[in-house]
Amino acid sequence: MSKVLLQVEDLRSFFFTRKGVVKAVDGISFHVNEGETFGIVGESGCGKTVTGLSILRLLPEPAGQIVGGKIILDGTNLLELDKKEMRTYRGRVISMILQDPMTSLNPVFTIGNQIAETVRLHQGLRDEKVDEEVISALRLLDIPSPEVIMGNYPFQLSGGMRQRVVGAIAMSCHPRLLIADEPTTALDATIQAQYIALFKDVQKKTNVSIIFITHDFGVVANMCHRVAVMYAGKILETATTREIFKEPKHPYTSALMESVPHLGQKSGRLYSIKGQPPSLRDLPPGCRFFPRCPVAEDICRQEEPSEIEISEGHFVSCWRVK
Amino acid sequence: MADVLLEGRDLTKHYPVKKGLLQRTVGWVRAVDGISFTVERGKTLSLVGESGAGKTTTAKAVLLQEKPTSGTILFEGKDLSHFSSSQLKTEYRPRLGSVQQNPWSSMDPRMKVRDIVAEPLVVNTKQTKLQTQSRVSELMEQVGLNPESAENYPHEFSGGQRQRIAVARAMALNPSLVVLDEPVSALDVSIRAQIMNLLKDLQEQYNLSYLVIAHNLATVRYMSHTVAIMYLGQIVESGGAEELFVRPLHPYTRALISASLLTLPEDEDKGVEKIILTGEMPSPLNPPSGCRFHTRCDEAMPECSQTVPPLRDVGGGHKVACNKV
Repeated sequence: MSKVLLQVEDLRSFFFTRKGVVKAVDGISFHVNEGETFGIVGESGCGKTVTGLSILRLLPEPAGQIVGGKIILDGTNLLELDKKEMRTYRGRVISMILQDPMTSLNPVFTIGNQIAETVRLHQGLRDEKVDEEVISALRLLDIPSPEVIMGNYPFQLSGGMRQRVVGAIAMSCHPRLLIADEPTTALDATIQAQYIALFKDVQKKTNVSIIFITHDFGVVANMCHRVAVMYAGKILETATTREIFKEPKHPYTSALMESVPHLGQKSGRLYSIKGQPPSLRDLPPGCRFFPRCPVAEDICRQEEPSEIEISEGHFVSCWRVK
Repeated sequence: MADVLLEGRDLTKHYPVKKGLLQRTVGWVRAVDGISFTVERGKTLSLVGESGAGKTTTAKAVLLQEKPTSGTILFEGKDLSHFSSSQLKTEYRPRLGSVQQNPWSSMDPRMKVRDIVAEPLVVNTKQTKLQTQSRVSELMEQVGLNPESAENYPHEFSGGQRQRIAVARAMALNPSLVVLDEPVSALDVSIRAQIMNLLKDLQEQYNLSYLVIAHNLATVRYMSHTVAIMYLGQIVESGGAEELFVRPLHPYTRALISASLLTLPEDEDKGVEKIILTGEMPSPLNPPSGCRFHTRCDEAMPECSQTVPPLRDVGGGHKVACNKV
C-alpha cells in the first residue's frame, strides 16, 4: 500500500461576488498517494481549476476564499500556515502547470532565465549551480540541446516545446506534488501523446505525485491511476481508472463517457446530455445533477445523496446506487 | 457518378516571407501545396490535420477569404475564377454558410441575436422586416432555441447556445455548402454531442454539404462521409470515413488514430502500445525533400527522402501518398 501524500477533506472554496456567493468547490474530499497520478475530470465551471488553485492557496482574493475544510500535505494542514510559510511550499513542494504555455511564459525573458528564477528563489542556489540545475531540469523533460534552448525566447519554440519548458520550470525544484491544469489541451494530437508519454517517464524518474486536471476522458485513460469526476462543485464519483471505465456507477459519469464519440464508434446518433450545468450561484436542491439526469427519482430532487463506498476505493454519490 | 458540389483542383497557397528595408521576398510559406478534393451534395468532407497542416487556409480559399496562388475551385462544375465579382455576390456567396470555431469571437457583442441571425438576409435579400423576422424565428426554432430569446445579446447565452446561433446565421440563406471550422472544439464535452447531432439533423433535412475542418478524429469519424488527412500542406491520405479508420495505410494516419484512441489500463496489460511520433511538424517554409513525412516516419526507407510519393488510388476511392504502399 502506497503512502498518502495529500489528503483533502471537505474543501469549500467560494467566491463572494456582488451578485451572490458562487460555490465553486462545495465540500470535496480526496487523497493522492505518493508517485500516483490522480485525475480530476469535469466540464468547464465544475470547480476543477479552483480545486487546484486552492491547494496552492492561490485563489484570487478577496473574492475567492477557502471557507472550510483541510488540505493536509504530509501531516501539515496547508490552510493553517501563514503566508510566509506557504511560500516555502509553492514551487518547492507543490508546483503547477497551466494550460496555455504562451501565456504562462514571459515573452521577454529567455527560457534559461525563467527556469533560473525559480531555482534561485526556491533553492537559494547561485551562479554555476543554477545553470546546472536549469540544464538538468531541461534534460528531465527531454528537451534537445538544453544549452542552446536556454538562450532562446519562448516565441522561438513550438507549442509542444514551450509546454515542456513549463514542465521543466515546474519540476526544477523537485516538487513532491505537481498540479497539472489541462497541460495537453492546447497541444496537437500527436504532440499530446508525446507529452503524456514524457510525463509518465518523468514520474517514474522522480516519483512525483500528479494531480491531472482535464476535461478529456481519453487523457485520463492514458495517464491517471485514479480519477474523480466533478460536477457543479462536487465530486460525484471517485475510482481507479480501470474501474471507472469498466463500471461507471454515477449516471453523469456514464453519460459523459457515452456523449464523447470514440474511435470505435460508427455513425448514428450520439447520446447527448440534455440541458446545461446549473449556475453555481443558484444550485438546485437535492442532487446537483438531477435536472439533467435521465434516471432521476423523487428523492433526488429533495435530498442530496451522501458519498458511499461501493467497493474498495470506489466512491459514488447517487441515490440509485446502493 | 457522384453529384459533386464543390471541387478543389491542385490548389496551392503560398505566402511570401518579406525581409529587410526593401521588403524583398526571401522565401515562401507553402501553407497549401497542391491539394485536390471534392465535396458531394448532401455529404461531409473533413479535412484533418495538426496545426500548420493547411486545413484552415483551404477553408479560407473556399470562403474566398484568401485567393489561391494557383489551382482552381469549381462550384457545381463552374470555375470560381471566371466569376465576376457581382456573380460571386449573387451566385456563390449566398449559397455558402460558415461556422467558426470560437462562438465568443465570431459575433458582435453589441448586436442582438435577432440582428446577428438576420444580417445575411438583410445584406443579400430584399425581404421586408416582417419576412426577415419570421425567418429569424423559424431559424431559431430549427436550431433548438426559443425564438423569443432572439431579443437578447450574445453574452446572455452559453457556449453551446452561441454555437447554435452561429449555425442559425449560417443557415439563414438556405446555403448548399456550409464550411465548419472546428465547430465543436471550443465546447464542453456534454454540449459537443448536442451540436454534432444538430448539424447531422440539419444536413439530412436540407441535403446540406459540409466542409469540416477538425483535428479530433473521433469527432470526424462521427460526422463525415469522406476524410482527407493533411500534413504540411498536402493530403497524405483520403477516402471514405469508415474505410480510412478501419484500414489506415499511411503511417501518419496510423499515428494520428493511435494518438486519439482510448487506451485503457487493460489494454496496456495486453501490451497494446501507442504509436508515438518523434519530433514535430517541420516548417512549411522549408519542407523536407521527398515525402514530407519522412523525417518523423519510423517506417521511412532511404528513397523516401528523395522520391515524392504521388497520391495513388488503392481501390474504392481510398487514396494514399506513401512510397511503401
